[in-house]
Amino acid sequence: MISISNVSKTYRGASKPALDGVSLEIEKGDFVFLVGASGSGKSSLLRLMLREEVPSKGDVFVLGENLISIPSRRVPFFRRKIGVVFQDFRLLPNKTVFQNVAFTLEVLGKSSAFISNAVPEVLKLVGLEEKADRLPSELSGGEQQRVAVARAIVNKPAVLLADEPTGNLDPATSSGIMALLEKINQTGTTIVMATHDVGTVDRLKRRVVELRSGVIVRDDRKSGYETALPNTDQIEILGGGADI
Amino acid sequence: MRLGFVFREITQGLRRNVSMVVSIVLVTFLSLTFVGTAGLLQAQIGQMKTYWYDRAQVAVYLCTDTSPADACPQGEASPDVKAVVEAKLTDPTLTEFVSKFYFEDHQAAYDKFQEQFKGNAVAKYVTKDQLNETFWVKLKDADKSAVIAETFTGVAGVEEVRDQRSYLDQIFSILNAASIAAIAIASIMLASSGLLISTTIRLSAFSRRREIGIMRLVGASNFFIQLPFILEGVVAATIGSLLAGGAVIAIVQLFVQGYLAQRLPLTSFVDLSDAFSIAPLLVLAGVLLAALASGVAIRRYLKI
Repeated sequence: MISISNVSKTYRGASKPALDGVSLEIEKGDFVFLVGASGSGKSSLLRLMLREEVPSKGDVFVLGENLISIPSRRVPFFRRKIGVVFQDFRLLPNKTVFQNVAFTLEVLGKSSAFISNAVPEVLKLVGLEEKADRLPSELSGGEQQRVAVARAIVNKPAVLLADEPTGNLDPATSSGIMALLEKINQTGTTIVMATHDVGTVDRLKRRVVELRSGVIVRDDRKSGYETALPNTDQIEILGGGADI
Repeated sequence: MRLGFVFREITQGLRRNVSMVVSIVLVTFLSLTFVGTAGLLQAQIGQMKTYWYDRAQVAVYLCTDTSPADACPQGEASPDVKAVVEAKLTDPTLTEFVSKFYFEDHQAAYDKFQEQFKGNAVAKYVTKDQLNETFWVKLKDADKSAVIAETFTGVAGVEEVRDQRSYLDQIFSILNAASIAAIAIASIMLASSGLLISTTIRLSAFSRRREIGIMRLVGASNFFIQLPFILEGVVAATIGSLLAGGAVIAIVQLFVQGYLAQRLPLTSFVDLSDAFSIAPLLVLAGVLLAALASGVAIRRYLKI
């Protein structure tokens, strides 16, 4: 499903690589946490999977597409098969909840009949069917993130990439979002989530990939995060959220 | 692709930067009106050329007593000279070029002069015998005036052979220079409106970068992202060029036909059919310019 082999990425002007010889296999239906301090390369890895960046070295295959050689005119079609959620929600402030979710389908050229069916359905899944006509500014942070998740999955993508989706939320709201992501994962969607949220990682007992300075230092299947070095956890929680 | 969605995006974009849209409308309006007027001027010159060239004749001026001595050593042309000239004009070698000719004697020349310079002081002083007797020759092909000149130049009693077109050519070259200057100014204006369009579109794209970012994330194709912006520029420029087309038609109808043609009834002026053939070209030019300018602008701004 996602195959990354021996990938290095050095940003222009940077002396140290953001990713250094990373290899990672993610199977269909997996739920993978990417953890690590700010600047450890989590976001870079997600950006490579979305083909927002191209690695300096190595191979990236996602959903059977070779993201190194894919022609740029085909990138949009590739991205339609991937859902993305960000820490800062990235909703359109002047569109209602319904319109925000419908936006994805509209740019993909779906018919209005399809949209008026699919959008309420996905809003029901995220528990926001009552608030379809609200503007994002009238919603709480957790609700806004639910809208973002709804937008990411309304097109039924095979892979959902989440970059710190709970980074701006309080613990109770976070667990609501995580429950939602688990529900989505149970329908067969592969989820890759970068996070600082130790509690969440521990509770869910899913595969954890830890990055440090662009290198994978740990890849535990069905484990928690408690075995990671507590000191680095503290540092990254304090300084977290700056690497978007 | 859903047209309704694209249409909504365009109206939203147009509403968001109304002032810039108004400036695009105005600058395309002005520059294309200029282009259109320059085009009308060209058409007018063309029309006057055919009108006047058609009426232009070759004059064979006969000597008078006051003619310069080197051309007319024997003074006033004798009746024999008239007979010689007339004989040559009716000779088969010339009749194939000459459509018709007539003789203007001193009296007729004097009458014409008095009428032309009515009220002018010179009319009082001129006498009949100062004015040349003239054979006015109308040619079948106006370009063949050299034949007449060759035949009569140097013939005793002929002062000068003059093609009237040589006077017209001077006037037309001045008018032509004016219309070329107008076209040059118009092209500078067009270039600046192209730059303004691309700046506006870039601004519009910048103010909507959030939407654009999200569109890219959800996999909208480049074409789909770019289309509303390009159409935005095209819509604004179309309004401007339609106004320019209307202005050109109004200029012809109100100024040329309504004012100039009334006051100068003998001159043939450009009419509405010329304006109606120029107006669609202006609209086409405006649309193409806008599509090109905004297309280039957005292509450079939006990279995947």
